Amino acid sequence: MSLRAADLKVGDVHEEVVVENLSRGLLVMYAGTSGDYNPLHTDEVYTTQSAGYPSVFAHGMLTMGLTGKMLTNFVGDGRLKKFGVRFTNQVWPGDTLTSKATVVAIGEGEIELELATTNQDGKTVVTGSATARVD
Amino acid sequence: MADKVTMPIEATHIMMFARSVNDDNQIYYDANYAKNTEVGHVLPPPTFYRSVAQFDPDYFLRPKVGQKWFGSAKGPSGIEGKPASSGGLHAEQHFEYHLPVKPGDVLTVTTKPGKVWEKESQRAGKLVFTETILEYRNQDGELAVTSRGVGVKTERPVDQG
Repeated sequence: MSLRAADLKVGDVHEEVVVENLSRGLLVMYAGTSGDYNPLHTDEVYTTQSAGYPSVFAHGMLTMGLTGKMLTNFVGDGRLKKFGVRFTNQVWPGDTLTSKATVVAIGEGEIELELATTNQDGKTVVTGSATARVD
Repeated sequence: MADKVTMPIEATHIMMFARSVNDDNQIYYDANYAKNTEVGHVLPPPTFYRSVAQFDPDYFLRPKVGQKWFGSAKGPSGIEGKPASSGGLHAEQHFEYHLPVKPGDVLTVTTKPGKVWEKESQRAGKLVFTETILEYRNQDGELAVTSRGVGVKTERPVDQG
């Protein structure tokens, strides 16, 4: 299942809900696999009482990972050449995130995409870009 | 991060990582399924490479045997008094994929310092940005992946306004 340049045009959009009602459990799972055990992501007591945040919040890399799921679902596996993001807002337990890729350029055997992930309030949490190989 | 870290690419780690990013694509779970795809093998999800932290003996955001941990225990912080900075937040992350990676590969990851810069912010005071470049070379010495991360340290917790 791979993309063909001939089937695409600039402005095409692929969009997916990548997580619904984000659980603290997923933050614990992500800490465990990534190795980033910063208590700001998993330890509600530390985060609220010692660090002064209203709640634990997601690792930026989890939000990028969720965005990456949308991206590989769109371009296919093993097709990415570049994938980069900026983290623009924090992601909290209970958030529902939607990730979107927009085709901004179609070149010789590759496409460029603009990326954005937004929460249930329409606030952008990640912006970015990607380059992928296409047939 | 330590200057040089060895990162073995393992199928179980990939499976668990895929679960932790809410991704049920079978190419991350099932070697038989993966064999019949265009890629032809299990491969890591695109953001997997930052998990090199697991293999870094010095990684500061992992509790270590015999050392105090700043997360909560009996009290809200395991280190009495004002805890040290948690190391800041992640501002940007960029990957470049040069070569395929699969279970059984052993990557050698080296760190190169990047730029450092400052900015003033209304929501969090003075911000200090630090760039870190990681190069992942496979067992044949070929560059497989490049990672460029930008971290930011804030003067105070980010205002949630």
